[in-house]
Amino acid sequence: MYCTLKGPYRKIWAKQGGTTKQIALVLDEFIKDVFFAQERRTNMSKSPIIQIQNLNKTFKSGENTVMALDNINISIERGEIFGIIGLSGAGKSTLVRCINLLEKPTSGRIIVDEQDMTKLSERELRKARQSMGMIFQGFNLLMQRTALENVCFPLELAGVPKSKAKIRAKELLEVVGLTDKENAYPVQLSGGQKQRVAIARALATNPKVLLCDEATSALDPTTTQSILALLKELNQKLGVTIVIITHEMKVIEQICHRVAIIAESRLVELGTIDEVFRNPKTTAAKKLLYPQGEHVEKFTGKGKFLRLVFDGSSTDRPIIANMVLKCGAPVNIAFADTKNIDDKIFGHMIIQLPDNPATVQRMLNYLDEEQITYGEEE
Amino acid sequence: MLSSDMIQLMWIGLLETLYMTVVSTFVAYIIGLPVGLLLYVTDKDGIKPHTAINQIVGGIVNILRSVPFIILLVAVIPITRAIVGTSIGSTATIVPLVIASAPFVARVVESSIKEVDRGVIEASLSMGASTLQVVYKVLVPEALPSLIFGAAIATTTILGYSAMSGFVGGGGLGTIAINYGYYRSQSDVMLVMVALLVLIVQIFQEIGTWISKKCDKRIK
Repeated sequence: MYCTLKGPYRKIWAKQGGTTKQIALVLDEFIKDVFFAQERRTNMSKSPIIQIQNLNKTFKSGENTVMALDNINISIERGEIFGIIGLSGAGKSTLVRCINLLEKPTSGRIIVDEQDMTKLSERELRKARQSMGMIFQGFNLLMQRTALENVCFPLELAGVPKSKAKIRAKELLEVVGLTDKENAYPVQLSGGQKQRVAIARALATNPKVLLCDEATSALDPTTTQSILALLKELNQKLGVTIVIITHEMKVIEQICHRVAIIAESRLVELGTIDEVFRNPKTTAAKKLLYPQGEHVEKFTGKGKFLRLVFDGSSTDRPIIANMVLKCGAPVNIAFADTKNIDDKIFGHMIIQLPDNPATVQRMLNYLDEEQITYGEEE
Repeated sequence: MLSSDMIQLMWIGLLETLYMTVVSTFVAYIIGLPVGLLLYVTDKDGIKPHTAINQIVGGIVNILRSVPFIILLVAVIPITRAIVGTSIGSTATIVPLVIASAPFVARVVESSIKEVDRGVIEASLSMGASTLQVVYKVLVPEALPSLIFGAAIATTTILGYSAMSGFVGGGGLGTIAINYGYYRSQSDVMLVMVALLVLIVQIFQEIGTWISKKCDKRIK
């Protein structure tokens, strides 16, 4: 042997006396070691960064208790942008506050980066919170501090020396594009600029997780776009896991990888954006996807009503127009609600077919050929 | 017209009044500021709710606040004697002034701190701030303009109290107003005293308002 054997290998070598068979045994052990080390490493990086297990939260209001969260189970992977959507009052804000224990769960476990948050002492909890950033709907900047001093704030809390904190804060303001505003007070900044300062502040301590509580709900559409773009960029550049709470479908569509739908304190759906949008299973999900209602009115008139479902696979062809041309009869579009996500179209449309059984049959055949999902409407 | 002796007396009275007011306000804040913060922090909606502490401290504050100053002034004479050695003169008056105004200051401070946005406190907690850090890095600096405005109100209130102490030989402008203006019916002295007191209140209030505005970064 040209190398010295260590620990278990040396033992096996010594025990067996050193024949070819033993060389094979040692090699075997060695390979196992390397393999398991590799597996451990990949497991480590693959373990979810946030695990919410059997989370319950109740509030006492006078005599009665109100259930805010009912047995929530969610795993959020490292580096993903995870959306949590629900109507107001669904419990999503309570849920995000349970992650950093601003709200104490009534029961259940919150595991962040392999640490059970519910079991930490106060001091440990404060330490753990420093590795999680949070931004809010109302920005929550310190009004008596400049932008730069606001970004320095979490560093001061963590005990970073002032001069170092200042350098880091300047870097962060550059990242969010506010270098020229470092000496401005929050009152002198626009909503979007305030949220940028808040993002810089949340990232100051190099957190692994960024929690966003309705972070764009107070902003106009254009500013919302720019903040979402910034979050996406930070996610890609820094690898920070982002959890987004919102009631706006647009926000989820635009940047989230996966989404959870919370309705009436329960987790009703969870999946990739495609899965959930293509095939919303619950009424809660449908309500969020089609806020105007699934169909606006009762349809009356002669002829069948047909609901066509677009699931993102059949959009680059003009289906309706082709059908009309091919079958030689017009249809009436009674209702349509579709949205463009990642250049695929999701949604549904209700059309009124002509009052002629033969044409209807031809049209249904055409839709079958094109593999469009449809169903008859009452 | 007023004799030069009278003017001399008024000058001393003015200095005594300023001395009592400033020292009493200062000591009242040394006690009242932490008590006010404690009341806020231990409140059931505070950052570290503690019902027992909150109710006991709140109870003491309310009891002291409900005793009219003129009665408290006489009632605490034994305490004043024990601390200062006498119950007469401006230094002795500082004792009842502090006892009466510290609870008032505590409530003024508490109400200023309550103006701090809950969201900002929540944000600091989310960044891992301890209770103490929230108090001295968030609550006090964020409420500073309001605290200064409150201090101006407290100072003028204490000034009013100090004049009342003239009835029991407290010294200052109040004593002159009562001894000459009231007992000897010298209405010219009374008039000057009232004018001086009004002027001092105006000055304190204006200075307080000005500093409060000056340090408030919420004003563009």
